[in-house]
Amino acid sequence: MSKHLTRRGLIKTGVIGGAGLAVPTIFTGAANAFTNEPAGGTVTLGFNVPQSGPYADEGADELRAYQLAVEHLNGEGDGGMLNTFSSKALEGNGILGKKVEYVTGDTQTKSDAARASAKSMIEKDGAVMITGGSSSGVAVAVQGLCQEAGVIFMAGLTHSNDTTGKDKKANGFRHFFNAYMSGAALAPVLAAQYGTDRKAYHLTADYTWGWTQEESIKAATEALGWETVNTVRTPLAATDFSSYITPILQTDADVLILNHYGGNMVNSLTNAVQFGLRDKMVNGKQFEIVVPLYSRLMARGAGENVKGIFGSTNWHWSLQDEGSKAFVKSFGTKYGFPPSQAAHTCYVQTLLYADAVQRAGSFNPCAVGEALVGGDSSIEGIDSPANKGYLFDGLGNGQVLYRAADHQCFKDVLVVKGKDNPTSEFDLLEVVEQTPVQQVWYEPDNPMFAGGNLGSCNAGA
Amino acid sequence: MDAIILQILNGLDKGSAYALIALGLTLIFGTLGVVNFAHGALFMIGAFCAVTLNKILNLSFETVDPSRTDFLGNPMVVKTPYVEGWFGPEVGASIIDWSVPLSILFCIPIMLAVGFIMERGLIKHFYRRPHADQILVTFGLAIVLQELIKHYFGANQIATPAPDVFRGSFDFGAMLGMDPNVIIYPYWRLVYFAFAALVIGGVFAFLQFTTFGMVVRAGMADRETVGLLGINIDKRFTIMFALAAVVAGMAGVMYAPINSPNYHMGMDFLVLSFVVVVVGGMGSLPGAVLAGFLLGILESFASMNEIKSLIPGIDQIIIYLAAIFILLARPRGLMGRKGVMED
Repeated sequence: MSKHLTRRGLIKTGVIGGAGLAVPTIFTGAANAFTNEPAGGTVTLGFNVPQSGPYADEGADELRAYQLAVEHLNGEGDGGMLNTFSSKALEGNGILGKKVEYVTGDTQTKSDAARASAKSMIEKDGAVMITGGSSSGVAVAVQGLCQEAGVIFMAGLTHSNDTTGKDKKANGFRHFFNAYMSGAALAPVLAAQYGTDRKAYHLTADYTWGWTQEESIKAATEALGWETVNTVRTPLAATDFSSYITPILQTDADVLILNHYGGNMVNSLTNAVQFGLRDKMVNGKQFEIVVPLYSRLMARGAGENVKGIFGSTNWHWSLQDEGSKAFVKSFGTKYGFPPSQAAHTCYVQTLLYADAVQRAGSFNPCAVGEALVGGDSSIEGIDSPANKGYLFDGLGNGQVLYRAADHQCFKDVLVVKGKDNPTSEFDLLEVVEQTPVQQVWYEPDNPMFAGGNLGSCNAGA
Repeated sequence: MDAIILQILNGLDKGSAYALIALGLTLIFGTLGVVNFAHGALFMIGAFCAVTLNKILNLSFETVDPSRTDFLGNPMVVKTPYVEGWFGPEVGASIIDWSVPLSILFCIPIMLAVGFIMERGLIKHFYRRPHADQILVTFGLAIVLQELIKHYFGANQIATPAPDVFRGSFDFGAMLGMDPNVIIYPYWRLVYFAFAALVIGGVFAFLQFTTFGMVVRAGMADRETVGLLGINIDKRFTIMFALAAVVAGMAGVMYAPINSPNYHMGMDFLVLSFVVVVVGGMGSLPGAVLAGFLLGILESFASMNEIKSLIPGIDQIIIYLAAIFILLARPRGLMGRKGVMED
């Protein structure tokens, strides 16, 4: 045996074998028309959600929604929103007759880990679409990877303007709303509640989402007459916000805006309430706190402190339209509690992707992208050349436009308030106003979204 | 002036958490010579003792209220805690309200057991191994413990409020004849500070004024000689480990209302606490306490807007910057002495 295995031979075999293994399958799929073209009777979707780390509970809820969506697409269960969706292309027999299967990855809410798990699902598991995530940093990173790999990315919960702004990509699509829309929806309600003569103090999480959130709500409130006293950046890793909150006592600010999410939000809000800010009178007015982006799942951590505090959300389970009711019923029956906004956006994104494939008649990402935002439909009451894309209804937010110009969904935004007398542990927020889409509309060249380029779609292979 | 007083208060408050954790770390390092990276996890387990007792007190029986419906349109299931059933709604509600202070008693036996099992079950086997091995095994243990907590309690924070009487803030300004509502400080944070002072004082008194403490201090100074005198120092050190676990656990219980606990709160404190120990001087208990308060106050001042505008981002690095300067000037730390913890 050892006679045949020479040193030279071993090295040669090793080099060739190693090189073969090292070539990503993205570059070896030349036989196909596009990356991971489904062969046989099944198609694989990749669900990339935080399964560990601080956002794991939100990730778990996203995964529940994905599993429900797969069931419904394959014709199992009660069909959920397939019954209320305005497009009737899906037949409950999978996508294009192929049974839907899925693989999952763990983003850990870290860009590197999220890219690695998405890459593995694309290369090893043959996922033809990647979806999920609970952070804008992750969404931007995975979106870039999907663009290079030639697969569609259906973003999960990501609220930074950059996702469909300066970092937008032809292969990436976002159903969730964004920081600009939160600001535009929230500001008029705040002005109506607290008056136009207010002085705001911002605490902002020091990363991409925080910056765009601060910029958006600051612009929207200043346009209505509010003055911005100060904007203070806080480290993302901060846990005790007392030393950022006590300086507010020294200013004449009468509103505190917390551009914080998740654990940051729970702690800064709890600390602010502990320091008696909500009992304070400044300039003869009651001091108020605002949380521009609410997550019901995480707001539970702040307990009683969320009562009466205004914010915005993409969707809420208490909505009474047919789509929302159908989704809450399927989800609640299967899991025993109502879905979160993260679960909703992920479920809807999966249905929208499947529907686009069905209408396009192909899994080719370029054809699918065309179907997702194609068409000449537009939202009534907005006079703009950019008001063009795919219009749909029945998925829980009323009429929604998937805009062709930047792959961002435009729909009504919910302004919510922490409920004073919750009837259950899920009943934390009440919807104060459904701000019409016309009020949160912006042009694609808005300075807050400028600097990016969709580029052209990449089918890979 | 107001701003400075407030930041000193903030610093004392942060400092008390750092000092309590660093005190336990130093106790373990000083007695057993082990660098215990799982110490932050003990703090976290303490906080989850408060969460657990709160959950136990909230264990409820269910009754169906047909007049109301839940989110699926079924008759609403109303939960009433057993304690309210047993003791009446008012007494029951106030027992639940006081769950955090009650958790102090609840956590002591639990932390003693956790500390004892940790030391006898795992750490004991690493006494004669290099520090690098000890760091790896205790760090691994910390990850296992926090993943266990995450498995049972989830990843999100869990609200664990202080009793109602401690909500709101104390107005120092009004007391000193200044404008009201300028120098105010939350009651619970003042309670935390007083509690930390009490515990730190208690530990020092225990080591200073009891025979047990005297033997432990002798063991810290010269383990071999104490052993030669026929004293079973290992047994006493095991007790000290369990005691350090109780200190960390109680610190965690009391911290729960300040920031709602989650599974990685221990890690958030751990690195800072090690800096505190090193700055204070390895093996020096007063050093750990002093450095804890000093770094807490420095951190608070660094997050003032006036200072942040001069040096952006200073709030994120001040502790490490201070550590560098202190260690350059005093390589053994503030109160480290020659020959202590040095080979």
